[in-house]
Amino acid sequence: MRRIAFILGLMLLAMPAARAVQPDEILPNAALEQRARNISGGLRCLVCQNQSIDDSDAPLARDLRILVRERLVAGDDDKAVVDFVVARYGDFVLLRPPFNAHTLLLWGAPFVILLFALAFLWRRARRRTVEAGASNPLSPEEQVRLAALVGPDDKSIG
Amino acid sequence: MIVEIGHYALALALGVSVIQAVVPFWGVFRQDRTLASVGSSAALVSFALVALSFAALVTSYVRSDFSVGNVVANSHSAQPLIYKFTSVWGNHEGSMLLWVLILTLFGALVALSRRSLPPRLRAGALAAQGLVAVAFLAFTLFTSNPFQRLSPVPAEGQDLNPILQDLGLAIHPPLLYIGYVGFSITYAFAVAALIDGRIDAMWARAVRPWTLLAWTFLTLGIAMGSYWAYYELGWGGWWFWDPVENASFMPWLAGTALIHSTVVMEKRDALKVWTILLAILTFSLSLLGTFIVRSGVLTSVHSFATDPARGLFILFILIFFVGGSLALFAWRAPLLRQGGLFAPVSRESALVVNNVFLATACATVFVGTLYPLLLELVTGDKISVGAPFYNATFVPVVVPLLLILPVGQSLAWKRGDLLGAAQRNAFAFGLAVMAALALLFFTRGGPVLAPLGVGLGVFLVLGAGFDLGERIVTRASGWRAMLSRARGLPRSAWGTALAHAGIGLSIIGIAAQAWSSEAIAVLKPGERLTSGRYTIVLEGLSPRTGPNFRAEVARFQLFSGEQELAPVEASKRVYTARAMPTTEAGIRTDGLSQAYVSLGEAQDGGVAVRLYDKPLILLIWIGSLVMALGGGLSLTDRRFRLAAPKRAAAVAAAQPAE
Repeated sequence: MRRIAFILGLMLLAMPAARAVQPDEILPNAALEQRARNISGGLRCLVCQNQSIDDSDAPLARDLRILVRERLVAGDDDKAVVDFVVARYGDFVLLRPPFNAHTLLLWGAPFVILLFALAFLWRRARRRTVEAGASNPLSPEEQVRLAALVGPDDKSIG
Repeated sequence: MIVEIGHYALALALGVSVIQAVVPFWGVFRQDRTLASVGSSAALVSFALVALSFAALVTSYVRSDFSVGNVVANSHSAQPLIYKFTSVWGNHEGSMLLWVLILTLFGALVALSRRSLPPRLRAGALAAQGLVAVAFLAFTLFTSNPFQRLSPVPAEGQDLNPILQDLGLAIHPPLLYIGYVGFSITYAFAVAALIDGRIDAMWARAVRPWTLLAWTFLTLGIAMGSYWAYYELGWGGWWFWDPVENASFMPWLAGTALIHSTVVMEKRDALKVWTILLAILTFSLSLLGTFIVRSGVLTSVHSFATDPARGLFILFILIFFVGGSLALFAWRAPLLRQGGLFAPVSRESALVVNNVFLATACATVFVGTLYPLLLELVTGDKISVGAPFYNATFVPVVVPLLLILPVGQSLAWKRGDLLGAAQRNAFAFGLAVMAALALLFFTRGGPVLAPLGVGLGVFLVLGAGFDLGERIVTRASGWRAMLSRARGLPRSAWGTALAHAGIGLSIIGIAAQAWSSEAIAVLKPGERLTSGRYTIVLEGLSPRTGPNFRAEVARFQLFSGEQELAPVEASKRVYTARAMPTTEAGIRTDGLSQAYVSLGEAQDGGVAVRLYDKPLILLIWIGSLVMALGGGLSLTDRRFRLAAPKRAAAVAAAQPAE
């Protein structure tokens, strides 16, 4: 069911089952074609779900693939091609979101969360070490309770 | 008649679930044991009723009863029996009924489990679970009723979406749902513990089997979905980071963290508050996943708008259960006593670090999935978050975790020896580095990161193997002694090693995809196409007729180098009822690698063909299976089966000392 919604989306396109890059689209120049493949891998098929135009069956994706190749043949460099497509369709077309004020949180979140968590642990570990040095870590009652909880096969791992 | 019985049973189940949700709580509050124990009977009755209702729907599908709207929309009389059966959950209404069926099944299992739970905990957990059942039964009945009759009765059904007529997808939803819904038990136990205000290692021991069970099925479900996407969607991709996939991946990451934190809690009575929070979050993410998939809010704004009632209803359920449990947590968690201490270098600390990284990885997927929606709401900007984003954020978070995994695995509890643990893994690490360097040398000029990825995978597999080996093999002891030591190792130790080795295998498979290759051409009969190690020769095209489809089948000879392998067939089908085409890729397994052929359009007297060489790709899913096997093996560990008597004995033995 994970992909049902996606499939329904595909169905809406009434797809003429064309599978991604078609032989007639391929450029005779292998180096240019490789650049075209690389660029299309990062461009989103606008009517699909998180699928690049390189993977997509949709007619729109085909049009975009052909457009990318036309720009390359016309002599644009990779950046110019991408800029051309973005100018037409907006940032939405980029599978790798641009880094700017609006996406600062998006890009920063994973690393900020990780740093905060590690800093928290570091502080806690230091505090714990100080405490453990100052007092006996387990009282006899705690030892007994621990033994009762842990049971004899303590060597096992989870 | 059968349909009405099913409908009625479902309504009755809603009533019984209300009893299950309310009476035990009341009993706990009033200290009345009889009232508190009503939850068990209610859970059993509720399951029986939903099972009856499900059976009724299955019957109408198998009999192709086209007086039922749901059957008409998703079934066809010419379908093979197996797909008539699986059509039941190949649609929204039926899959919600399956969801509820599994939910009540888990409730019944808790009621039946012979493990001696503290009565208050069992009553509270069943009540909390009952509340979830009330919400989803009401959702199914009021917004997604599968038993709606039609008049006049159509003569023929509209068939199931052809892409779903596939065995892989038939078993994918049940596996995934058992995973999602299984976490409702951990959630219910967490809520019960919070209400009770008490929590100890006993709680962790009671919860762990459920978590392991849910995790194991979720692993299988995700792997199955991934393999299905690989062979059915026809371009050989196996993971796309789309919101619907992320919806199942987030609970998996949180659940993985939960499995590890409950170990700490069970063994050392530590990390209690965090574990409770994690239990709540894991199920919340399952609910979020259900919301994302069922409302369609992230996949397409339109599908949300076509039936806002459903989306709003699930959103309400989501807010109620997530918000309610978090509020309960904020209120009650400070009452929970903090548990055992441990040194900064210890197995506990290693597992805490594991949790930090897994939680961050989960948060990364969460942010990546929901950020575009929030940004559009706030600023109106539309952005896409695709694979390149996750490669740049998720991967750097996960790789360090995997690198330290073998070391953490061999640290001792309470106070470990980092140097010793590092030394114990030095050999495995050395071998892995050598493997990576050798690959780097032999594939020079190719991708650079791939050999490093393979090296990481090798390190994980070897690390897991050596860790087991160390506990079995000792100097100056015969094979007999080793065998008995191997047999003496707890199953959970084998399970851990397998699960960790499984990750390693999957990573080798994933890394190896950097060496996959692709070729595209228009072929006429007799012409050949080469990609990587494989060459195909088109033998011919022929039509074929299936029960509810027509197909055009292309037959290829397949060569690996000079050696001929068994021929391979790829086809394009048109399902007659919906006039909808699908592509059936031709896949030939060659060791752990696969040759993958898929057909495009016919043109210029030939047909467009794409051939892929997918080296070691099977390892991705074999690794997942090994992970799930590890989970299953841990589940059979004797301390889960014998937990109750052992606990009693230990307490009895400890009493005189006090």
